[in-house]
Amino acid sequence: MSDDRMTGAQMLIRSLLDQGVDVVFGYPGGAVLPIYDEVFKQNRLRHILVRHEQGAVHAAEGYARSTGKVGVVLVTSGPGATNAVTGLTDALMDSIPIVCITGQVPTHLIGNDAFQEADTTGITRPCTKHNYLVKHVDDLARTMHEAFYVARSGRPGPVVVDLPKDVQFDTGTYVRPDQVEHKSYRPQTRPESDLIDRAVDMIAAAKRPVFYVGGGVINAGPHASELLTRFVRMTGYPCTQTLMGLGAFPASDPLSLGMLGMHGMYEANMAMHSCDLLINIGARFDDRVTGRLDAFAPGSKKIHVDIDPSSINKNVPVDLAVVGDAGAVLEAMIGRWKEKQAKPDSKALQVWWDQIDEWRGRQCLRYTPSDTLIKPQYALERLYALTREREDVFISTEVGQHQMWAAQFLRFEKPNRWMTSGGLGTMGYGLPAAVGVQVAHPDALVIDVAGEASVLMNIQELSTAVQYKLPIKVFILNNEWMGMVRQWQELLHGGRYSESYTAALPDFVRLAEAFGLVGLRASKPGEVDDVIREMMAVDRPVLVDVRVDPKENCFPMIPSGAAHNEMLLGPDDRAEAPVSEEGMVLV
Amino acid sequence: MKDEPVEKHTIAVLVDNEPGVLARVIGLFSGRGYNIESLTVAEVETGKRLSRITIVTSGTRMIIEQIKAQLNRLVPIHRVSDLTDEGPSVERELALIKVAGRGEPRVESLRIADIFRARVVDSTNESFVFEMTGSTGKLDAFIKLMEPLGLVDVARTGVVAISRGAKGL
Repeated sequence: MSDDRMTGAQMLIRSLLDQGVDVVFGYPGGAVLPIYDEVFKQNRLRHILVRHEQGAVHAAEGYARSTGKVGVVLVTSGPGATNAVTGLTDALMDSIPIVCITGQVPTHLIGNDAFQEADTTGITRPCTKHNYLVKHVDDLARTMHEAFYVARSGRPGPVVVDLPKDVQFDTGTYVRPDQVEHKSYRPQTRPESDLIDRAVDMIAAAKRPVFYVGGGVINAGPHASELLTRFVRMTGYPCTQTLMGLGAFPASDPLSLGMLGMHGMYEANMAMHSCDLLINIGARFDDRVTGRLDAFAPGSKKIHVDIDPSSINKNVPVDLAVVGDAGAVLEAMIGRWKEKQAKPDSKALQVWWDQIDEWRGRQCLRYTPSDTLIKPQYALERLYALTREREDVFISTEVGQHQMWAAQFLRFEKPNRWMTSGGLGTMGYGLPAAVGVQVAHPDALVIDVAGEASVLMNIQELSTAVQYKLPIKVFILNNEWMGMVRQWQELLHGGRYSESYTAALPDFVRLAEAFGLVGLRASKPGEVDDVIREMMAVDRPVLVDVRVDPKENCFPMIPSGAAHNEMLLGPDDRAEAPVSEEGMVLV
Repeated sequence: MKDEPVEKHTIAVLVDNEPGVLARVIGLFSGRGYNIESLTVAEVETGKRLSRITIVTSGTRMIIEQIKAQLNRLVPIHRVSDLTDEGPSVERELALIKVAGRGEPRVESLRIADIFRARVVDSTNESFVFEMTGSTGKLDAFIKLMEPLGLVDVARTGVVAISRGAKGL
């Protein structure tokens, strides 16, 4: 038998290795047993056994986002595949490259309601970038290589390869990645040069410009973030980042306005509202960012750089659209800026910065400190202060108030350091994502900033962290409430706190110990520094239960259905700005 | 933005003839709330396994552009062409129309069919099946005229369309 004749299961492993994969996150089951048999027989590919398939996808997302590589998932048919659906949708919304291999019942049983059968390609069609059902073993290798190509090219996303069990046993011919070329899929990455020309002219002529940058810059690789930083500094213009874009531009740079949007910085939102030129690079005018559309950045010209033509003019009509990879576009812009010897209007810019500094003077992240209760903001300020000296800090989060506070109070100097579920808003994302990050960066400090409600959604992954000795730190801001739900009920539903209080929370310290982690607790402000130091000192997975003020709300806030300049700065602002009926129906 | 006029567009899409490709296109329309007025699909290049889908849809200019961009983003799609935008095109639809009756209405239906150049493809003593090709408007007009004359059943293909002139898709 020649070298390239092998079984489908062997082919799968070989294709993963040829694609440069070193880690797979998975969970075995009947329909993938031949593949697991091959996993057993080799030792080049590391398999991380998760405790739930959703966790496998989030872990692969954490791995992908912190490395820039494609994350790989291996799960069984039926429930294995359906459990992966939330993770796949999450990866689709946040443009994370994932290849997810799902087992399937043998081809002759497909459609027969066989045991653990589900219509995986049907179910995952709307929640993947693309998916495949492989019916013949000779198509398998080509399909795998195509799947990796599709997952990482253009706007990245999740790809499912559904693999019936008989195909895993069949023998066929392997083809190498360099023997495969996709028939038609060629996303445009190089921008058109006359558009760059026009963009640079518009940028140079602006009087009140603002850069609005998103996850597209991060997806374009660390080099794109360097180019962005260089270009922004060449212009001297302010730069605000989306939740997905944190780290694309150094937070410590005076040109950074921080995050914008619903819980973004006052100065960032005001700058968006008042600008005369908005330069969007790799962001998608998400509704959390724009607020009320008809009042969004009124009177501004808009440039939109995106690799996905369907993102352009979707919610917000723009004046100039540049389709291309953020890195390639920035490189071209820098080149053209130099050629033209462009000079910003320094007088106008000074007036603009004076205005921005006035907004900054409002200190929108101010909160009322307490000697008795741990304010969640304080806990995160201390977390940042005590970890900022380390170069290798990676943060993941769950979803809710703690996530927004983390985005406000933790500051990122580099890309790929911040993993959060932005588009889908998946509670339960952060813990498995931290597992994935720590697998990719064994010596780094990986912290899941969590809420007590979110973390319970995938708490089983603590067991994974213990099994692989992954020293992740789960930092729970425990306020006993689904905080963001409670906040909205307080602001929008007359304080009727319907089902947002968790009346029977576990003792998280003992829970951590039961899983084999170190459990720590802080109940008073004076204990916060100590638990953070201890958490960092322990070379094992640690869970910290930080008992925070249960009533604290997350500000600043643009109420739903409001415009950027109608931001609430704190609890005292509330009375004057009732939410409109139109706003009530928005999420 | 809400007051923008709604436009009707005919879009031709060249796709790989592979399982699920039609579901992807339809899922895109239903998932994003776009209209489908008609949709036809058939393999057109057997050797290359390519199918052509013709979609008639309507929406504001922004929505139409979105639809094309979203279609272009689907992996198995080779080309998306807006026939309404890209110069003149020919649009045709085929219908089979069954009319039942006796006496004067039956004769009348035959007479109108003749005017419309519809062909009789099946006939019994009390029914005809007419075959008719033409623009959607012409088919609509004919069907409307058949209504009082004993219209029983209509089967329509939906629009197929092709650009005028020498250039291909």
